[in-house]
Amino acid sequence: MVLKAFFPTCCASADSGLLVGRWVPEQSSAVVLAVVHFPFIPVQVKELLAQVQQASQVGVAVLGTWCHRRQEPEESLGHFLEGLGTLFSHEPWLQLCRERGSKSWNCKATRRQGPTPLAPACEDQVMLIFYDQRKVLLSRLHPPAALPERQAGDATASAGGLAAVFDTVARSEVLFQSDRFDEGPVRLTHWQSEGVEASILVELAKRAAGPVCLLLACLLSLVSAASACRVFRPWPLSFIWSKLSTCEQLRHRLDQLTLVVSAHRAEGPAQLMRKANTLVSVLLDMALGLLLLSWLHRKDRFAHLAEALVPVADRVAEELQHLLQWLMGAPAGLKMNRALDQVLGRFFLYHIHLWISYIHLMSPFIEHILWHLGLSACLGLTVALSILSDIISLLTFHIYCFYVYGARLYCLKIHGLSSLWRLFRGKKWNVLRQRVDSCSYDLDQLFIGTLLFTILIFLLPTTALYYLVFTLLRLLVVTVQGLVHLLVDLINSLPLYSLGLRLCRPYRLAAGVKFRVLEHEAGRPLRLLMQINPLPFSHVVRTYRLPSCGCHPKHSWGSLCRKLFFGELIYPWRQRGDKQD
Amino acid sequence: MEDERSFSDICGGRLALHRRYYSPSCLEFCLSCPRISLRSLTAVTCTVWLAAYGLFTLCENSMILSAAIFITLLGLLGYLHFVKIDHETLLIIDSLGIQMTSSYASGKESTTFIEMGKVKDVIINEAIYMQKVIYYLCILLKDPVEPHGISQVVPIFQSAKPRLDCLIEVYRSCQEILAHQKAASTSP
Repeated sequence: MVLKAFFPTCCASADSGLLVGRWVPEQSSAVVLAVVHFPFIPVQVKELLAQVQQASQVGVAVLGTWCHRRQEPEESLGHFLEGLGTLFSHEPWLQLCRERGSKSWNCKATRRQGPTPLAPACEDQVMLIFYDQRKVLLSRLHPPAALPERQAGDATASAGGLAAVFDTVARSEVLFQSDRFDEGPVRLTHWQSEGVEASILVELAKRAAGPVCLLLACLLSLVSAASACRVFRPWPLSFIWSKLSTCEQLRHRLDQLTLVVSAHRAEGPAQLMRKANTLVSVLLDMALGLLLLSWLHRKDRFAHLAEALVPVADRVAEELQHLLQWLMGAPAGLKMNRALDQVLGRFFLYHIHLWISYIHLMSPFIEHILWHLGLSACLGLTVALSILSDIISLLTFHIYCFYVYGARLYCLKIHGLSSLWRLFRGKKWNVLRQRVDSCSYDLDQLFIGTLLFTILIFLLPTTALYYLVFTLLRLLVVTVQGLVHLLVDLINSLPLYSLGLRLCRPYRLAAGVKFRVLEHEAGRPLRLLMQINPLPFSHVVRTYRLPSCGCHPKHSWGSLCRKLFFGELIYPWRQRGDKQD
Repeated sequence: MEDERSFSDICGGRLALHRRYYSPSCLEFCLSCPRISLRSLTAVTCTVWLAAYGLFTLCENSMILSAAIFITLLGLLGYLHFVKIDHETLLIIDSLGIQMTSSYASGKESTTFIEMGKVKDVIINEAIYMQKVIYYLCILLKDPVEPHGISQVVPIFQSAKPRLDCLIEVYRSCQEILAHQKAASTSP
């Protein structure tokens, strides 16, 4: 196999010295991590390597020599470098050489064929692969390769070859801690040898994060204790809380914030990303909420909204009344059963009358309620949207009631019709066997059954029409609420921190690598540049999506149509943990 | 060592196959697709603008015309950036892997790299495409669970769609390099 030497780009202009890194025999690749410069004492180099090996569990060793020389080759240096091979014995021994100022490289890898040092050496073909050490150190491969746990000594790289390279560089961070201004016994060149970089703001934020997190955690625990107290337990209140989507959203946000400010350190990079995503999402939410609040306050829009609300509710009620009058007449040219029509129509009209009185009763308090609700927008845009969704469901409560009445009536009618149809054909439903069996009825049973069947079937169009109209209205309201919930879900679950990272530091989230062949001359070894292939945006969203409230439609289209046909009540946007009605 | 030959794709358009031989273990094939033709571009633009002008005479709203110009520009940019592939490259490096790059007309490049450990073989396969039967080159990936199974088939040169003669050229060179790889992996 061709020997692959992974060489960091930062060491390409370093002075001559020893190559230090890890040898992966299965892939026949040598990962060079740093260059040790002359002068050095071999014992101290060996000590340093043993320390690094113990701290990082990576089998770091001296892999060969690096020679960065001028045009005229120095004979003495050449012999000296070959002599080092006997001092730090490693199979195979790598010798990289570069002429100063030119792009021509020379590589040689020698392997001894016998156990004695005087046995003839054979040469392997070498391929040079340059990599950017800083980017490879900071990046994370997706999907993460399942590497075996760290064992003492050299961990076997049974993962793919490139994942082993990433893993080696990432775990050898302790080797990169010393820079050239340190007064250590050994001089190294690696990506941080010009000095460790850090940001003052990041360090200050890290120091301040501890006490701030503690304070926030205390506050949040107080809030959650207050919300769990006995006052909110009794049945009517707990039922209301479970139905309002605002409470669900507030609970979700509370959970998320508790996770972010908890004192535990994040276990792995996935947990860290989740915390960061949650924090950024909450901050953005609050910022958007404050923006909305300032916009609402600017031109006294609250008053306008409150003034507009009651006339709108009145208008809706009026339109419903017109609709019912139309249904009581001859809707779309269909002839209804007059008596049933009048009964149903009057029944619903009375409800609308009650509703209008209720709205008028509430109208003096609307502005104050709206103002106080608007204040909650500073908790986040999602809370404001949930409140909007709740207000819509409260204002259209009468439509929901009409839908339930119409659906129940229709459902009863359909069940009655199906059972009497079976009687008409001389069959009945066997509850024990859950199937239709034939049955012999008496004459008077048959007579009454057929009469009832005829009555029900002639009254069917009227009931069906009312049911159809109110179901359509209900579906319209449900669609509007669904859109609002979709928007809330989007804000809740979008991983903004990961998207920002992918935009600004694409090498951090890696889908793989890509290679570019550098200038090649005949007779010289092949040189490749390894770059990081960033993860596409769709994969970033899919991998780092935050868990949302789970407000997804529970029914497929087929089951929805079936439920509508049989008159069963539909609740397309079920919250998690709700019981069936 | 470089070498260029011209072939044709399944629709009869002209393709140029550019072969670069870096070393016995590294080979690169670059297949350039036919460019976007001025005729089709003019035809599409004229259709869109005529339709917009027709709507304008109906509605008397000048926003339609500006919207049509905007749509045409955005559509053209989107087409160049997301749809039109300029050339496709296949880079095989012995004992490292196979890399496929597609370069779009706007300069964007999308790369996929498959490690040699996952590659089972490179073959020419037949497929039914609309009303034609075409040949395409694909990479077979090993199944980690089953040693003789295939987990995925990755087609190469999907948008260029060259004919069999071009595919045979590429196939022969790939098999030479894969033979080295197999010999190296079986030998101790």
